[in-house]
Amino acid sequence: MHEVVARTRRVRGLVAVVVGLAVAASIVASSASGSTTPRTARAAAGLKTGLNVYVIPKNLGNNYFTVADSVKTGGALAALQALGEHGTETSGSAATSASQLPAIQAAIAKGANALIVSATDPTALCPTLKQAMARGITVVTYDSDAPTCRDMFINQASTAAIGTSEVDLLAKEIHNTGQIAIVSAAASATNQNAWIGYMKQELKKYPKMKLVSVVYGNDDPTTATQVTSGLLQHYPNLAGIISPTTVGIAAAAAVLDTKQYRGKVKLTGLGTPLSLKKFVNDGTIQAFELWNPANLGYLAAYAAVNYASKTITGAAGQSFKAGKLGTYKIGADHTVLLGPPTVFTKANINKFNF
Amino acid sequence: MTAATTQTPPDRGEPIPGTDALVNPRTLVDTVLRARTFGIVVILVLFVIVTWLLQSSFLSGSNIRFVLSDATIYALVAIGETFVVLTRNVDLSVGSVVGLSAYVSANQFQAHPGIAIPLVFAVGLGVGLACGAVSGLITAIGRVPSLVVTLAMLYVIRGVDTIIVGPGQVVANSLPNSFINIFQATILGIPDLAWVVAAITAAAAFYLRSYRSGRDLYAIGSDPAAARLAGIPIGRRVFGAFVLSGAIAGIAGVIWATQYNTIDATAATGLELQIIAAVVVGGVAIFGGSGSVAGAVLGALLLQTINVALNVLGVPSLWTTPIAGFLLLVAISMDRGIQLRLSAALRKRRAHLGA
Repeated sequence: MHEVVARTRRVRGLVAVVVGLAVAASIVASSASGSTTPRTARAAAGLKTGLNVYVIPKNLGNNYFTVADSVKTGGALAALQALGEHGTETSGSAATSASQLPAIQAAIAKGANALIVSATDPTALCPTLKQAMARGITVVTYDSDAPTCRDMFINQASTAAIGTSEVDLLAKEIHNTGQIAIVSAAASATNQNAWIGYMKQELKKYPKMKLVSVVYGNDDPTTATQVTSGLLQHYPNLAGIISPTTVGIAAAAAVLDTKQYRGKVKLTGLGTPLSLKKFVNDGTIQAFELWNPANLGYLAAYAAVNYASKTITGAAGQSFKAGKLGTYKIGADHTVLLGPPTVFTKANINKFNF
Repeated sequence: MTAATTQTPPDRGEPIPGTDALVNPRTLVDTVLRARTFGIVVILVLFVIVTWLLQSSFLSGSNIRFVLSDATIYALVAIGETFVVLTRNVDLSVGSVVGLSAYVSANQFQAHPGIAIPLVFAVGLGVGLACGAVSGLITAIGRVPSLVVTLAMLYVIRGVDTIIVGPGQVVANSLPNSFINIFQATILGIPDLAWVVAAITAAAAFYLRSYRSGRDLYAIGSDPAAARLAGIPIGRRVFGAFVLSGAIAGIAGVIWATQYNTIDATAATGLELQIIAAVVVGGVAIFGGSGSVAGAVLGALLLQTINVALNVLGVPSLWTTPIAGFLLLVAISMDRGIQLRLSAALRKRRAHLGA
């Protein structure tokens, strides 16, 4: 690093090149992936076209959000394309508010009409999102809510239903008896903590099941692997693990997929069928569940466009049409529910391709 | 893949013959290096004993295997990073290289079903070589600070990764069992990969100690100006170090795929800082010129042991990061203490011998 100092003059030009490269790189990194939808104006009843809609997942490169957002999978951008809007997916590279905020700010600066956001944090994004709402920009959250600073929230599944059904799934597999643990995502994740709250309530129904630990894999395969392995060593009698996060359950499955643990420590939670197909087929996982992420993004896009077109105000009882998904009714607290989650087992997993 | 085959020009290939131990400065350097490594070993052993007393399952066969195999990727990448750091450079792009290589190599099973596993490793190696060559060329020929070059490469490679992966991901179902088993297989109860890391460490250590081109790396890092006056081809050596670091990161990417099975564009994000921590904890001077690959590998092992131990002890997840950081500080301070005592003892002994 230091050898260069003596040769400043000869190097100045190259430094400029490299600094340019670095700047270009950070631009690529911060506002990567701009899948802009082409203009195919086909206005639905009373809906505006040509709106600039920014889809801002927790981070880019996370397969769950790619499925929820992209045109290919029939997600949010596909819906925006069908409605004749300009859809763009943008976010940071890490699932943190520090990484997501610049993307939100850039979308506002670029003249967004609507933002569709999966909140990395329930409160940290609020000053920025409120600023957007004050400018008349529609803010719709999906997947993970920021309850005090959005116009509508598209809920993938009822929080209570996810929490209770996962405990019920695991209870059936371990015959209502034994030590269980939870491998969550980040300790601050809104949806995770809400689900875990309902899991704890549901566990009261099973007096012989004991929740011994909640650990956080931070949606990072390395950390999730280490915390899962730590659980197995610390609780040798562990009967089951619930991991309500796609990264966590895949990492935990890879740890359990050995002769020693396969089928002995049960695993369930939320995951994408494609990523868990192997583990279901070899018996590491018996059953897990998830909503269809592409449908979630699709519904969020229709809600955002409807709200931005002022055909709905988010009040409870209003309804709107969401293309192929049919008609949805808005519930309490400006929230729309996607529907009940699908349970995946050996019997049906090969039918799903996301 | 070993350093000796890629780095040594034929005319300088022969090991330097050993000379009188008391006069030869190389032996003195060796002693200090050994002392550095010794300190880390002491800390590692102490840490393992304390953890074992608190939770006996820490030394169970399955946990030892987990720690060793979990440290594989870190140890490998730390070896490559050591070569770069010795020359007073740094390679911040290794995390992105591991991520790109993991996806591109493992995706071959989806793109070409039935592809031979060695070919998949070759793909990973190729990705790593290409990335390392670009970083090395800009650093060595352009004489640009590697901190800036590799920081830019970190983003460029991760960006390329995100674009290539797109809406896809590698899923466990697409990987053959023989590939996944690479990570799980053991010989004499020790993971295969741990044996491989040990062999590579020995080869790299031998190369750095006994080949002139290896010693050149230390000379460049100690005093670049003097190294240039001494006729050492600095550009070529630095370039070689980056290519090696990239190549090892490429191989580590394939191993990443064998361990985690599910790979999207975020794989190995942030790995570079853990690698640099391992290298520094392992006693490699961050400003170059001193350190050993064995130290770096032990540093990686110590960091992973700390992480695993905190989980095995059931420390609440929220506390593991600050505690791991604190233990790192303790380890570095203890190591410094041991080193000072040892060098004092060595001075005393030498004074006796002189008298």
